[in-house]
Amino acid sequence: MRWMWIDRVIELVPGQRLVAIKNVSLAEEHLHDHFAADPPTPGSRGRPALPVMPASLILEGMAQTAGILVGHASGFATKVILAKIGTASLERDAGPGCTLRYTATIERMDLVGASTSGVVELMDHAAGTADQPARFERIGVIDLMFSHLDHNMGAAGAPGAAFPKHNFVFGEGFKTLLRTSGF
Amino acid sequence: MTRDEVFQKVRDVLVDALAVDEDEVTAEASLVNNLGAESIDFLDIVFKLEQAFGIKIGQGELFPENVSQDARFVQNGKVTPAGIDALRARLPHVDFRSFEADPQLSKVGEIFTVDTLVRFVERKLAA
Repeated sequence: MRWMWIDRVIELVPGQRLVAIKNVSLAEEHLHDHFAADPPTPGSRGRPALPVMPASLILEGMAQTAGILVGHASGFATKVILAKIGTASLERDAGPGCTLRYTATIERMDLVGASTSGVVELMDHAAGTADQPARFERIGVIDLMFSHLDHNMGAAGAPGAAFPKHNFVFGEGFKTLLRTSGF
Repeated sequence: MTRDEVFQKVRDVLVDALAVDEDEVTAEASLVNNLGAESIDFLDIVFKLEQAFGIKIGQGELFPENVSQDARFVQNGKVTPAGIDALRARLPHVDFRSFEADPQLSKVGEIFTVDTLVRFVERKLAA
């Protein structure tokens, strides 16, 4: 089973843009280790726990958002794999109870691969009031490059590169996600 | 656009795409051997050159493609003279002289230098 890092697709403009959200939850076990408390030791007061979503998983969330967009553009006929992280910058932590919104846009795509630009936004639900509901605020950008594996492995003649014929990138997890999101 | 202006923009593209320092990007620097470019970087460079110069680069126009699939062009892992002629015709911006001495297919990526890109862009802009 694929480890899904987005909960719902909320907008899909085929070949152009995909928007997805992720609700950060304390039920995710890794948050308890990231970061666990440092107990006090002689000479140190220690540190309390600080559960925040690891930046690497935010990156994965954007990679899934952009990857579905790129895969969808070719009808999920080719295997789309993350090949390069061009830019990744995040300015704020995402703690439990927050919602992340990933917006991925295709900048360029051809048979060989695709490049995407991405914006990460955060909604801190506690920041809203009855008069002014909480809003998404931009917290970072993640630009990625994807390779169309089938094309590249065939044309480049890379020795020993044997991959299964079935599309192992886009399995049931992504299909279910799109279906339950209404796409 | 002067050659120097083209070079500066190409340098900016490479600094961005390959995370190298500006002073590493000399005209003679090999993309693979000196600047650490890997296969996916070539695609990245194509995309970024298109953006920087407002040009459209066709598939296989800047970097060679599908050479290895033609038996006339590659034998025992080496590019044949006919293959080099075909590459030269397809990629007039590339200097194949040093490659001819040891035409191993696996080394075809190494012939690309910063100057190759500058020449390519100049041709595109003039066309």
